[in-house]
Amino acid sequence: MTTLAARPDERTQPPVRPPKGGAKDRWVRRAPLLPALIFALIVTQIPFLYTLYLSTLSWNALRPGDRPFVGLDNYVTVLTDTRLRSALLNTVLLTAGAVVFSMILGLALALLLDRKFIGRSIVRTLLITPFLVMPIAAALLWKHAIFNPTYGLVNGIFGGSTDWVSSYPKGAVIATLVWQWTPFMMLILLAGLQSQSNDVIEAARVDGANAWQVFRRMTLPHLRQYLELGALLGSIYLVNTFDAIFSITQGGPGTATTNLPYEIYLTTFRKFEYGEASAAGVIVVILTIIAATFALRVISSLFKMEDHR
Amino acid sequence: MRARLSPPAAENRMKNRHWNNTIWGTVAWIAGLVFVFPVIWMVLTSFKQEQDAASNPPAWTFAPTLAQYGQVFDRNITPFLLNSLMASVFSTLLVVLLATPAAYALSLRPVAKWTDTLFFFISTKMMPAVAALLPIYLLVKHLGMLDNIWTMVVLYTSMNLPLAVWMMRSFLLEVPREVLEAGEVDGASLITSIRKIIMPIVSPGLAATALICFIFAWNEFFLAVNLTATNAGTSPIFLVGFISSEGLFLARLCAAATIVSLPVLIAGWVAQNKLVRGLSMGAVK
Repeated sequence: MTTLAARPDERTQPPVRPPKGGAKDRWVRRAPLLPALIFALIVTQIPFLYTLYLSTLSWNALRPGDRPFVGLDNYVTVLTDTRLRSALLNTVLLTAGAVVFSMILGLALALLLDRKFIGRSIVRTLLITPFLVMPIAAALLWKHAIFNPTYGLVNGIFGGSTDWVSSYPKGAVIATLVWQWTPFMMLILLAGLQSQSNDVIEAARVDGANAWQVFRRMTLPHLRQYLELGALLGSIYLVNTFDAIFSITQGGPGTATTNLPYEIYLTTFRKFEYGEASAAGVIVVILTIIAATFALRVISSLFKMEDHR
Repeated sequence: MRARLSPPAAENRMKNRHWNNTIWGTVAWIAGLVFVFPVIWMVLTSFKQEQDAASNPPAWTFAPTLAQYGQVFDRNITPFLLNSLMASVFSTLLVVLLATPAAYALSLRPVAKWTDTLFFFISTKMMPAVAALLPIYLLVKHLGMLDNIWTMVVLYTSMNLPLAVWMMRSFLLEVPREVLEAGEVDGASLITSIRKIIMPIVSPGLAATALICFIFAWNEFFLAVNLTATNAGTSPIFLVGFISSEGLFLARLCAAATIVSLPVLIAGWVAQNKLVRGLSMGAVK
């Protein structure tokens, strides 16, 4: 099994040298970093501090007059409101649904593309195309051209007159997201498959392992970290899904597809409850930090692996 | 084991493998065509008359027309496209200018706390935009910068910065350290080693980074729909008018969707070999 450790095309990278030297050297090293760091600090951290401040005010933009300080009242309102909880649940369901299905399809497609066949690069180009279509264009395309009850493709090809979007709102949104995100998962998993050593698999085949055994015992364990990375990055992007909800269902019917981004958007720009929207925003950030701490651990382990190769 | 396998058996196995590849290759082709089909349908529909587009069962044969494209341009899609172009190109330039030196300071000549800094950058990417929307909206409004394309340039720059820093770092790490050190010993200045050693190795990666930042900026919708209107509306905003299903408009929608998706389709096809690396922040090569 030692052959797994090194492949000929992997160049070993010496570990990054720890900086040494005096104050001048430290500043010379820091100088190229500072513009980007300062820019990121200003543009991303100031709004967040402002959100914290806003979340303690009772402020409805439609109501003229003062904006009294109310402490944690907005948090109590938001946390006891069932809308936020149902939005949270919808976010989890939509994200998990889209990630799981695109992962399964992506794995199947990556396994297909890992073989040699005529026109492989063309098929790869075809398969990544859905990911490149502008998300709101994709959402509108699925809503009108595919799901529409009278002239949509689904009913046009298979018959029937189901109104897919109102009968299966979550399914319709997830289907659109899965179509767009499967290529992403496929690319990550394909990179994983192609980093697998051919010699070892060949040796296992010669030793009489069948295709399923090779997949189950060798390919899947090797792919594990790529599956984790795909799930992680997919979740980071998909948790923020807004385009598809905004254009396909507008969060409906009722609140069936209202996720957190859409709910906060409604609170801000439809109800103008600035204080409550900010409190909800802070809660989302806290939830994200919890999820991200876990996520960073995964990235960090990958990152170490990359450095140690 | 290999030695004990008789030649005919090995030949058989090869033949089987060949057959297998043909079968699975066909399956892959079918899957590829199924996946791309909605896009093909979008382009086909964009060349239809509205009556053909809304027919049931779907019309497979029709007299192609450019009428819908004409309609879309009559409805003034051009300013939206130009706004998108400005926001994407300028934010991409700014991102590259900020991220490349930063990535250098986090890879080849690292600052003391380079890991912490890298994770700070990625944590800003994980922050949901929705949590920052209201303060950004209020600050931008206070500055009188609502519906202004430069606001979008700044926001898209900060949106893409972590991705570009991570991606550029992964490309810079491919510069062989020995060559850099040899250059230093020979007395090459920083400028010379950037020009002669680093750039030739990193420039394909730089191009891919730029293309991926361009893609994300071009497709961005959430900030654009909340912060722009008639002056600075970007191309996704042009599509908002197609959300309601009233009236005959499917062919026109498809024409507009094709136009706005085209730049990204081209950028993505060009960058496809580096796409996975960009999307995974340089973690997967």
